[in-house]
Amino acid sequence: MVNTSVSLCGIALDNPIIPASGTFGYGYEFAELYDINILGTFSFKGTTREPRLGNPTPRIAETASGMLNAVGLQNPGVDKVISEELVKMKKVFHKKVMANVSGFSLEDYVYTCKRLDACGEVGWLEVNISCPNVHGGGMSFGTSCESAAKVTAAVKKAVKKPVIIKLSPNVTDIVSIAKACEDAGADGISLINTLLGMRIDLKSRRPLLKNTTGGLSGPAVFPVALRMVYQVAGAVKIPVVGMGGIATAEDVLEMMLAGAAAVEVGAQNLVDPMACKKIIEDLPKVMEKYGIKNLNDIIGGAL
Amino acid sequence: MTKQGFFEIVSNAPLTENVFKMELCGDVSAITSPGQFVNIKLDGLYLRRPISVCDIDGGRLTLIYKVVGKGTEAMSRMKNGRLDILSGLGNGYDMSLSGDSPLLIGGGVGVPPLYYLAKKLRESGKNVSAILGFNTRSEIFYEQEFLALGCSVTVTTVDGSYGVKGFVTSALPKNYSYVYTCGPEPMLKAVFKGISTSGQFSFEERMGCGFGACMGCTCETVTGYKRICRDGPVLKKEEIKW
Repeated sequence: MVNTSVSLCGIALDNPIIPASGTFGYGYEFAELYDINILGTFSFKGTTREPRLGNPTPRIAETASGMLNAVGLQNPGVDKVISEELVKMKKVFHKKVMANVSGFSLEDYVYTCKRLDACGEVGWLEVNISCPNVHGGGMSFGTSCESAAKVTAAVKKAVKKPVIIKLSPNVTDIVSIAKACEDAGADGISLINTLLGMRIDLKSRRPLLKNTTGGLSGPAVFPVALRMVYQVAGAVKIPVVGMGGIATAEDVLEMMLAGAAAVEVGAQNLVDPMACKKIIEDLPKVMEKYGIKNLNDIIGGAL
Repeated sequence: MTKQGFFEIVSNAPLTENVFKMELCGDVSAITSPGQFVNIKLDGLYLRRPISVCDIDGGRLTLIYKVVGKGTEAMSRMKNGRLDILSGLGNGYDMSLSGDSPLLIGGGVGVPPLYYLAKKLRESGKNVSAILGFNTRSEIFYEQEFLALGCSVTVTTVDGSYGVKGFVTSALPKNYSYVYTCGPEPMLKAVFKGISTSGQFSFEERMGCGFGACMGCTCETVTGYKRICRDGPVLKKEEIKW
C-alpha cells in the first residue's frame, strides 16, 4: 500500500489531484461520468464580483500538443455562484472546494474573496492575478511584485481561509513575484496560468481567436511549467501547487519532485473528461514502479 | 448525459468529393434526440472533433462529415479501427413542437442531423417536407435517403445545376407547421428572417470540450448566455438574438 494523501495549507487531501479552474466548471458535467469525490479537491470556475459573458467567439484554437483559450472569465458573478452554483455543486461534491477568484480592482478581489470565504464548502481561496484574457485586470495585477503583494495583503486581511495566489508565467521573473506574495502573507502559490500565444488562420489571414491572443495550455507547456515550479519552490517556504500540461501520473510525480505539494490538472480534462480519474487510479501503480511509498517523501526531491 | 466509449469503424466512404459517410458500431444509448453530436478523439490531435449524429440504427452510428481541416482529413483516411468517442452531447431538436407538417431546411453538411430528425418525425406519422441546399450538383447527397423516408424533398443549388436555382429560402413552401434547420450561419439568418412560423436552429462553434465545462463556445441569447455544446447546439427561434 502506498500513501497518496498530502496536505495543502493545513487541509488534508486524499490525493494531490486538483482539476484546475476553468476546466471543470462546478463539477456537475464530470459528475455524470465519475464520482468526483475521488479528487483531492477541485478549483471551480473563476469568479468575479459582477457577472461576465467573457470574450466573443471563437475563443478556442488548437495547437501542437495543446490549445489556446480566450474565454475571458465568463461566470455568473459571485452572488449567483453562491446562491445557485455552489448549492448544486454540494449535491455532487462533498469535500472542501477551492474557490478561484479574479478581479479588476483591489476592492473587487477583497469583496469576492470575503463573500466566498464565508461559504462553508470553500476550503481555500485561489486568487487569480494571472488571467491573460481580460483587459484592465487579471494579469495586470500579477506582473509586478508591488501589485501582487498589494492584492495578497488586502485579501489576507479580509479573509480567514488559506489564500493561494495563482501566478502568471508571462513575466520576466516569476520567482520575485512569488516571494513578494509570500512576504505579503500568502499561504500558498499556484502556477502556472496559461502562456500568452496566438494562431493565424491561413484562409482568412486573421487571428484564429477573436480576442487575437489567448492562453496556451496542454502538454506543450509542461516543461515550462515544471521549470517555473522548480524555481519558485526553491525560493519560497509556503506550499506550491504545480500546474501546466499535466496529463499523466508520471507528470504528477515530476511536478512533485520539482517541489509541488499538490497539482492542478487543466486542459487534459477537456480532451479526456476521465483524465483525473485515470491519473488517480494510475498514481499508486506508478509510485510503486518508482519505489515511492509516500508521496510526501518526494515533494521537492529534485531541488 | 455524456458517455465515453469506443466505437468500431464499420465503413467510411465518400459521398461527394469532400463529404464522407462513416458508420460505426458501439454503445449509442446516450444519444437521446436528433440534433445531438459526438466528440471524437483522433491520434496526434489535441482537441476532439465534434460531428453531428446523422443516424442511429440499432447499435450503428452514422456520421457524415466534410473534410475541412486536419481532423476531418485524418478521419477520411480511416478504413477500420476503434475511435474514442464522447456521445450524448448537446441539446437536440425538440420534436414535440413540430405540428403535423414540419419543414426541415438543411444546407451542405447541415443536412446530416436533419436525416435522423426526419426519420423520427416520419415514425411518429408527420408529413415531413425537406429543403436540401447545396452549391452545385456534384455536392448533393442524401436526396434519395430523405425520399426513401417518405419526405417531400426539394433540392436547391446556388448555380442552378440541379433542382431549384438559388438558396434554400428560394424554395420555401406556403404552408408548414414548424421549421427545423441546420447549416452555415448566413443560411440560418436568411431562414430566420424568411420563415412564417417558429422553429429550431442548430448552431456550430469552435469548441474546447464539447460537454459544457470550458465555456469555449458560449453565445448570448434572449434567455441568457448559452453554451452551444451543452445548452445548444439547437436553439429555439425565440431565443436567438438576430
